[in-house]
Amino acid sequence: MQKERTPLLRKPSVQTLLASLVCILLGLLIGYIALLIINPAGAGQAITAIVKNFWTYSKPATQIKNLGMTLVKTAPLLMCSLSVLFAYKVGLFNIGAAGQYVAGAGACIYCAIGLGWGWLPCMVMAILAGALVGSISGVLKAYRNVNEVISCIMLNWITLYLVNTLLANVKEPTSNYTYAISKHLVMVDGAATTVANPGAIMPSLGLEKLFSNNKYVGLALPLAVLLAIAVWVVLNKTRLGYELRATGLNKNAAKYCGMQDRKNIVLTMAIAGGLAGIGAAMLYLTGLQQWSVTQSSVPAMGFNGIAAAFLGGLNPIGTIVSSLFIQHITDGGSFLDMRVYSAEISDFISSLIIYLCSFVLFFKTTLNKTLDRREEKAIRMAKGGKAS
Amino acid sequence: MGSEYAIEMLGITKRFPGIIANDNITLQLRKGEIHALLGENGAGKSTLMSVLFGLYQPEEGVIKKDGQVVKINDPNDANALGIGMVHQHFKLVECFTVLDNIILGVEPTSKFGLLKKDEARKRVVELSERYGLQVDPDAKISDITVGMQQRTEILKMLYRDNEILIFDEPTAVLTPQEIDELMQIMRNLRAEGKSILFISHKLAEIMAVADRCSVLRKGKYIGTVNTADVTMEDLSAMMVGRNVNFHVEKKESHPGEVILHVDNISVASRTHHKDAVHHVSFDVHAGEIVCIAGIDGNGQTELVYGITGLEPLKEGRLELQGKDITKASIRERSLSGMSHIPEDRHKHGLVLDFTLEDDMILQRYFEKAFSSVIGFMKRPNIRKYSEKLIDQYDIRSGQGSATTVRSMSGGNQQKAIIAREIDKDPVLLVAVQPTRGLDVGAIEYIHRQIVAQRDAGKAVLLVSLEMDEVLDVSDRILVMYEGEIVGELDPKKTTPEEMGLYMAGAKRDSERKED
Repeated sequence: MQKERTPLLRKPSVQTLLASLVCILLGLLIGYIALLIINPAGAGQAITAIVKNFWTYSKPATQIKNLGMTLVKTAPLLMCSLSVLFAYKVGLFNIGAAGQYVAGAGACIYCAIGLGWGWLPCMVMAILAGALVGSISGVLKAYRNVNEVISCIMLNWITLYLVNTLLANVKEPTSNYTYAISKHLVMVDGAATTVANPGAIMPSLGLEKLFSNNKYVGLALPLAVLLAIAVWVVLNKTRLGYELRATGLNKNAAKYCGMQDRKNIVLTMAIAGGLAGIGAAMLYLTGLQQWSVTQSSVPAMGFNGIAAAFLGGLNPIGTIVSSLFIQHITDGGSFLDMRVYSAEISDFISSLIIYLCSFVLFFKTTLNKTLDRREEKAIRMAKGGKAS
Repeated sequence: MGSEYAIEMLGITKRFPGIIANDNITLQLRKGEIHALLGENGAGKSTLMSVLFGLYQPEEGVIKKDGQVVKINDPNDANALGIGMVHQHFKLVECFTVLDNIILGVEPTSKFGLLKKDEARKRVVELSERYGLQVDPDAKISDITVGMQQRTEILKMLYRDNEILIFDEPTAVLTPQEIDELMQIMRNLRAEGKSILFISHKLAEIMAVADRCSVLRKGKYIGTVNTADVTMEDLSAMMVGRNVNFHVEKKESHPGEVILHVDNISVASRTHHKDAVHHVSFDVHAGEIVCIAGIDGNGQTELVYGITGLEPLKEGRLELQGKDITKASIRERSLSGMSHIPEDRHKHGLVLDFTLEDDMILQRYFEKAFSSVIGFMKRPNIRKYSEKLIDQYDIRSGQGSATTVRSMSGGNQQKAIIAREIDKDPVLLVAVQPTRGLDVGAIEYIHRQIVAQRDAGKAVLLVSLEMDEVLDVSDRILVMYEGEIVGELDPKKTTPEEMGLYMAGAKRDSERKED
């Protein structure tokens, strides 16, 4: 066996990238066909709008400002996808990132408005809340062998309604939405009133200036990127990562060499939950959105995280790019011509892409088979050449 | 029907990327002969059989049946040509009866699709009488012995009127008595004019039953010989390419103090409600190899799980060097000096998708040498350690320490485990079927390592299903049957026949002395 340089197409990273790109293109193509069927007239315009997102605007300043908006929402998506990825590396499917995200949202919003805390303790509480919800699934899995997918899905709903109930205490009297995050609800002479709590908003670090004074841009994105790198380091460079990867790849071997597989499962789910929890803090502590206490569906962020994790080839660094992409087309949906299509069409197209993401492995195998065949042929040709 | 050959594979070449699995191989099976196909693991036997069954298409070469060139595209074609195979792992439906299994896929039915079992039963009974294949057509597969399951598989082929019968490592799961019976069955089949291809790497059996033997080595055809003209040593030299020492060289053992004390332990079973191990007691001393012999599934696995901590004990007590480890965790046992070469290297022994160096430190990754206090892995040290073991134990792989373990050969994977477990410098080495599925060269190496450990004063508990290994390597034999130790034998005094009687439960020491 002589050592050979691996051909470019044989490299797993190149293959993942190629497969992801094929998924995206196929998704867009099928989406386009669907648009054609719904209404042929607007299909071309619609698919460009989705892909263009903020480039639809002509003024560069507006473009930049809207790029900022996409980035603001990319940070929480990235955290959710890291949450899914982290658990996946340990052999767990964390479909509960959505619920852990909700728990984080509930915790940080309540701490900000109800208790008037600053952004940092709010964020810590979001992490803890997410970790708590995650570890419930972990404990059930480790000690009672309850399938984590089932317990996660049920916890998603339990958490949603608990959070709705909790946040009903800090909602505006005239709407279903919570107060703005920069307010602190206090009782003065028996009547509820609010005072300003600007400390609950994450610092912008001056980043807003880069995005045409988009005040929502700030700490979240750089923090999210740092955490993505941290997840990579933990998984690949540390003892904990070694143990967790061993457990994920072969839990029998992990047990055989004396690792505490149960403890590791709980720990993994807690960390995954914490990642999703901080994701919520990254969105809600910008003040961009308020929580509707009557919402009856779990926010899509956690589920999109699953897609981003797979599209990113289950690589923490890859998920940075895939999260940005998925958020990009999701936001692009709002630029559709509403008279022709509903805004959900972008959800439809991103779900197509996500659906096709599960084919990444299939594309990889097909690619490898084609390469095998080609090599075999080359060997045969070379042999035939010698003979003649 | 002018040809003297039932089936011929001429000049078969099958390539896979980077490897030639079969390189111009010729195999000619005469009508009415028992023809052995001999070769180590990875010699290309399985590939050749897959070609014969149409699972692979060869790049070169032809297959002839009765002198006519035939094209085999899938197993159905092979079946239609009268080729049948008894696989090493039987393909039987556990909850069906023997009869149901035999007719499965070729059920005789009436016009309305109702089964006509009476006819089938008549034929099965007739066939089993004619060839001396004792079976109970109405017994469920899960209730009958492995030997009878194998006879069911043979009847399956006969029921389908197969003329060419392939036996893939058929003796691996049988007791010595059952092996003798199988040999007789094969001779009966030959007498009735069937052509038999007998795939094996057990030389004694080939010498006993085969007329001719074709040998493969590393994908190449080495030659075909009449077994009457050669010795076992000749065959082994053809198979391995050098002379192999079958007998394990070892000095007299000098047992020292008790290292492992097993006191009346019971282990629950995962598969049924009875205990898999009941009330087993024995000692293993320093400087001796104690071997647990027995047929697969008699509680050996669970006994080892209990000793190594993979399963909790239901009752009883374990001591390692006088220290009570009954309730100790796996890690504590490992740190107290227990090493474990597990039965299933893929399930327990290795993380297959890890690199070789990561698997090498599986038992000691937490030590200061390999990870820092704050928890970062010390990559340079790990690499150095792994290189040392690779060098010392001659572990071959594509990219050294960075090789994905999954891509390594079984023998080298096992060597990696042995290196890891022995380098831990244990006081007790528990080795379960350490040579399973390995070729002669690797087996020889592993046996030498185990004996070297004994000579270094370690206590060794060896669990083996291979009769030769048990007799060759051990200093003391404990035979296990249905979860109990039924006999203690001296390998120098006992015979395979005597061991077989204990293993089959036909004989037991009236009252085994506790030592």
